[in-house]
Amino acid sequence: MTRHQSDMTAIVQFENVGLRYGLDSETLSDVSFSLAAGGFYFLTGASGAGKTSLLKLLYLAQRPSRGVIRLFGEDVVTLPRTRLPGFRRRIGVVFQDFRLVPHLSAYDNIALPLRVAGMEEKEIDAPVAEMLSWVGLGDRGQARPATLSGGEQQRVAIARAVIGRPEILVADEPTGNVDADMARRLLTLFEALNRLGTTIVVATHDLPLMSQVTGAQMMRLDKGRLADPTGSLRYPARSRQAE
Amino acid sequence: MSSSRASRRAAAAARHRLLPGGRLAGPMPWIIAIMMFLTVLSAAAGLALGAAVQAMSADLAGRASVQVVEADAAVRDQLAARTLQALRQASEVRAATPVDPAALADQLRPWLGEDAASADLPVPALIDVTLTPGATEAKVDRLRRLLGSIAPSLRIEPHAAFLLPLAGLLTALGWLAVGVVVLMTVATGAVVVLAARAAHDSHRGTIDVLHLMGSTDVQIARLFQWRIGLDALLGGVLGFAFAVATLLVIGLRLDATGSDLLGAVALDGTGWALLALLPVAGVLLAVITARWTVLRALGRAL
Repeated sequence: MTRHQSDMTAIVQFENVGLRYGLDSETLSDVSFSLAAGGFYFLTGASGAGKTSLLKLLYLAQRPSRGVIRLFGEDVVTLPRTRLPGFRRRIGVVFQDFRLVPHLSAYDNIALPLRVAGMEEKEIDAPVAEMLSWVGLGDRGQARPATLSGGEQQRVAIARAVIGRPEILVADEPTGNVDADMARRLLTLFEALNRLGTTIVVATHDLPLMSQVTGAQMMRLDKGRLADPTGSLRYPARSRQAE
Repeated sequence: MSSSRASRRAAAAARHRLLPGGRLAGPMPWIIAIMMFLTVLSAAAGLALGAAVQAMSADLAGRASVQVVEADAAVRDQLAARTLQALRQASEVRAATPVDPAALADQLRPWLGEDAASADLPVPALIDVTLTPGATEAKVDRLRRLLGSIAPSLRIEPHAAFLLPLAGLLTALGWLAVGVVVLMTVATGAVVVLAARAAHDSHRGTIDVLHLMGSTDVQIARLFQWRIGLDALLGGVLGFAFAVATLLVIGLRLDATGSDLLGAVALDGTGWALLALLPVAGVLLAVITARWTVLRALGRAL
């Protein structure tokens, strides 16, 4: 695969990206990689390696201090902030701390992306009910996050991230609070979404989990730098759809 | 039709759930109610005083009193009759009417007691003069000369001169009321800015999540502006209702005094209509201020 061919299918491109918080030393340095549309990627690394920071750049919660980030073929570093919402709607995010809205029910939390996208109320009920059922919370739709266990909250967060059928799904330690069976089910959901064309990026320490997804690629961060001895991630892998 | 209305209601309910807090739960509606109460009272005072000054000016502008000062009652009556005849023939005068001595005595009775009606008391005879329209001062000067030619003791006093200081006072009070309305408007805007900032800060977590899901600043600002607009509507209606009740009670008290002067301090239909616009203006002010405040705050985030 040539570099030119790879760029044609790249949905995410980082070029020499650096991120610095305030006057501290760089949290991320010279990060360059490309992710293919429809790929499945794991992001791993020790605590403090910069995984969450990299994901923040990816889901547009942060602008880099330097370098170029292209999402869906557009440079998002110089993009006016009024255009960011359109990009964010194409990205689903499972936050490490879930970030469920505490005063909303599980149902309303999951429905949030659809309402933000302006979907009619009558069209919201069916997909939300289906998603609740899928994550095993069919009977807990009206429960507030505070009354849910950590694992249940995480499932609500995942349902919320995927309900809008995002083009990119970014998940920060999505299986950290669930048992092995639920972790397997969540991974199955991610794979199903991936087969539908969603590019998946999962930050995790869970090596057994990574080994369960055939064809997935791994990015490893080490002290803010991408440790990629094989160089495979400098160019996008073939889309799983194309396999 | 009804399903789309139900859908809109459901969407509104969902938006309402995003920013928790029941109606009249916080201090905002109550503060707005107090502001609106004071604003309506001030505006009513300004409008009523303005109307009173206008009515007074219109009423007094073309009028004057002629005093026939003569100690001898018989001579006074003769002189009054001659003066009346001369005034009625003057081109400057539209109407000249002698004031009934009994009515005059009634007006003097609170100060002079029953002696006010005594023939021994040299009370001047009075003639009410209504001038033809325009150039009051010049006409009064000409009439003064005419009266001087009849008898040097005759005096003419334009009514406007008596009440000029009072009209000035009422005008000043009217402007003071307008100033209070302006200050209240500024204070209401400041309260809304503080409330919007506080609401923005207390819902920062929700706002961050909404932003990351692709909410636009306008979508988020809309949540706050409708919430604050509803609070302002509730507070405004409450404050307006109390102010109207207060004005009606004051109106009854003014009527009870029987004073023509105080009776002139009243609101006409236009005045009431303008007052009714104040809660609407209050809601608009709150909505626009809240939107502007929240958009500014959101603009500082990515």
